[in-house]
Amino acid sequence: MHSPIDRRAFLAGAALLTVLPLASAYATPEAMAAAIKEVVGAGTIREGKVKLDLPPLVENGNVVPLTVSVESPMTPADHVKAIHVFNEKNPQPHVFSARLGPQNGKAVIATRIKLADSQKIIAIAETSTGQFFSASADVIVTLAACIEDVT
Amino acid sequence: MTNVLINAPKTAKPGEIVEIKALILHPMETGFRPGTNGKIIPRNIIERFVATWNGAEIFRMEMSPAIAANPFVSFFAVATESGTIGLRWTGDEGFLAEEHVAITVG
Repeated sequence: MHSPIDRRAFLAGAALLTVLPLASAYATPEAMAAAIKEVVGAGTIREGKVKLDLPPLVENGNVVPLTVSVESPMTPADHVKAIHVFNEKNPQPHVFSARLGPQNGKAVIATRIKLADSQKIIAIAETSTGQFFSASADVIVTLAACIEDVT
Repeated sequence: MTNVLINAPKTAKPGEIVEIKALILHPMETGFRPGTNGKIIPRNIIERFVATWNGAEIFRMEMSPAIAANPFVSFFAVATESGTIGLRWTGDEGFLAEEHVAITVG
């Protein structure tokens, strides 16, 4: 029988082992959090207003269609100033940052991205009133992008 | 020589919200992939996409290697006056591409 302390020490060690190799090669949830922090600063992020459209199951991670739409009147007084998209497990946490304004009429952006693994994607909208809204989506990727050999 | 595909309406009513879609041929090499010789292929991406309406900036996107090859971007704009929509891509290795489309508002 193991004593509870042995088990605790083992679990702590195992947790460390799983975190360390990830940290060196890929953006981790922590790296994503840090990248988000850089954009948001001291502001708080609330869920809602943002809609993130991604296929839930992706066959080819090299080309993943993504649409971000934000509910906003898009008036000079109240509009979406920026939309940022982040990922958890690509080599870098940043996907794109877009600058918008009332001249856009509606805050909707579509593009295509690469995903190196099954992971969570987060979209953050920054409004002219200084608020941050977010939405996230989980994606399962069968063929990963970025890291495969070209041979 | 760059290949660009732009989809924007030729005419619009004043105040109408129009969709502008743009696709450009570019490898968007991430800088994380080893090539046939085992060495990492250097990063070569488009870093920035800027759209203007009669010279005034209406939309801007900062890209990372996570944008798929042949970057596609779709966004919206309020049609205010006739003129030209300018699209400009800049990136690594001095990459620069610029395209203009005319739009008639009225």
